[in-house]
Amino acid sequence: MSVLVYTESEQGKFKKVAFEVASYAKAVADQLGTTVTAIAINANNTSELGNYGVDKVLNVSSTPLDVFNAKGYTEAIQQAAEKEASKVIVISSSANSKYLAPLLAVGLNAGYASNVIEAPSSTTPFTVKRTAFTNKAFEITAINTDTKIVGVSNNSFGLVEKSGNASAEEFSPTISDLGVKVESVDKVSNKVSIADAEIVVSGGRGLKGPENWGMIEELASVLGAATACSKPVSDLGWRPHGEHVGQTGKPVAANLYIAIGISGAIQHLAGINASKVKVVINTDAEAPFFKAADYGVVGDAFTVVPRLIEKLKAFKAQQ
Amino acid sequence: MKILVCISHVPDTTSKINFTEGDTKFDTNGVQFVINPNDEFGLTRAMWFKEKQGAHVTVVNVGGPETEPTLRKALAIGADGAIRVNTIATDGFSVAKQLANVVNDGGYDLVIAGRESIDYNGGMVPGMIAGLINANFVNNCINLEIEGNNAIAIREIDGGKETLSTSLPLVIGGQKGLVEESDLRIPNMRGIMMARQKPLTVLEPVDANNETTSVKFEKPAPKGAVKLVSPDNLDELINLLHNEAKVI
Repeated sequence: MSVLVYTESEQGKFKKVAFEVASYAKAVADQLGTTVTAIAINANNTSELGNYGVDKVLNVSSTPLDVFNAKGYTEAIQQAAEKEASKVIVISSSANSKYLAPLLAVGLNAGYASNVIEAPSSTTPFTVKRTAFTNKAFEITAINTDTKIVGVSNNSFGLVEKSGNASAEEFSPTISDLGVKVESVDKVSNKVSIADAEIVVSGGRGLKGPENWGMIEELASVLGAATACSKPVSDLGWRPHGEHVGQTGKPVAANLYIAIGISGAIQHLAGINASKVKVVINTDAEAPFFKAADYGVVGDAFTVVPRLIEKLKAFKAQQ
Repeated sequence: MKILVCISHVPDTTSKINFTEGDTKFDTNGVQFVINPNDEFGLTRAMWFKEKQGAHVTVVNVGGPETEPTLRKALAIGADGAIRVNTIATDGFSVAKQLANVVNDGGYDLVIAGRESIDYNGGMVPGMIAGLINANFVNNCINLEIEGNNAIAIREIDGGKETLSTSLPLVIGGQKGLVEESDLRIPNMRGIMMARQKPLTVLEPVDANNETTSVKFEKPAPKGAVKLVSPDNLDELINLLHNEAKVI
């Protein structure tokens, strides 16, 4: 009856979201009066999970699962849930977890709520709050099935440290034919992804051309941030699609979102609204973004940003 | 190749979102409905398969009669036929079950749905269809090529992309990238006239339980006013971000 949590890792190392979903699972387990079991696939140092409330780790070492495969990972998690007789399964909102969630839901006859931002307000009926209408509203959803899957919105619940020990147990799920094969992965390894970033620096059409992105990249690098862009910028081909944030692009739920030369169309604001603190730098004081932002600078990006970079470098040097 | 494109009927991206009946229902008053953008990228890619590879394209929606203009628009864009499953869509699983039934009955090789609808953002229908009909599944798909029974797809991952090989039958959770924004088609008069002649079949729903229930909606609390910092005093911005917001 343990709450099962899928703790994601990359190259053997747990991602930050793994600790967040573990923290969430612990909160649910406390409500239900049960324990937390994590399933970790090809991860090292699983004892770290004990610091976030995990009691037991099912440790999967599997060559077919060396690279992420939604069907294979679903099978592993499903078998873990069946072994533990888990009624609540907690996953993150990473691209991979969102990919496997519906397959897992069908496999376990479980209802699935995605983009959940708070611990359940009630466990009978099992009721959670999630974002809907691309962050323009919240939806209170009840999951009616015996088994429930909760997809926790990244950076919404936070990390809750506990002092505890996670015991480890080897677990060998049966993996069938995977059906989809990864041929190649194209990933910039030394850059923070938008999904994992705590700070995102985003540029819009106000930057006038792709040749001016050097200062965006530099600001991002000073802050350890990911870079993003508005829809027109990706449609114009100035920046890759993967950087487009907004309603039809990626959602951003960072601690700090800095918008430079972005006017703030309603679709853009919806996509970034889950970010905690928003800063806008724009020449036009009437730009809609100023209504959505916490802090604003009315000024020309081409003078403000280089100056901000220098000031931040000095600030960081003192830290 | 028989392609089924799943079309969600959603409020236009610029819509103001309001609720009614004690915040339990979306207020459709004054709202313009459109083809879900993630579905439209998929529909446009399907048109390419139709024109270049002779595919037959059917569009489907689960919803009441009010969604038919959205299906007619998809026909005007170029789909060969449309199906409406006559039931109100109330949760992701029951919608997926209706659609899986349509796929099984129609013998479709390729099912293209958007990665999520822009209204409920459930992000579960394409994957659930794949699970229910036991087909291969690629989510967040930004490129798709089909050759005979084989498919090469590119999937967006956190921080990059990966290339996948798989085979039909296949379900796609699509998004921008399947085609570019500039490839999207505005129906012309000929398309609109032809759409009137094309079949729009209404099917009665199969039994499907709701796994989730939407209880209530809330709107975000109104935001306080922006704090403006002079461009000549950026130390103050850093100070606010460090000491007040505590984000750097």
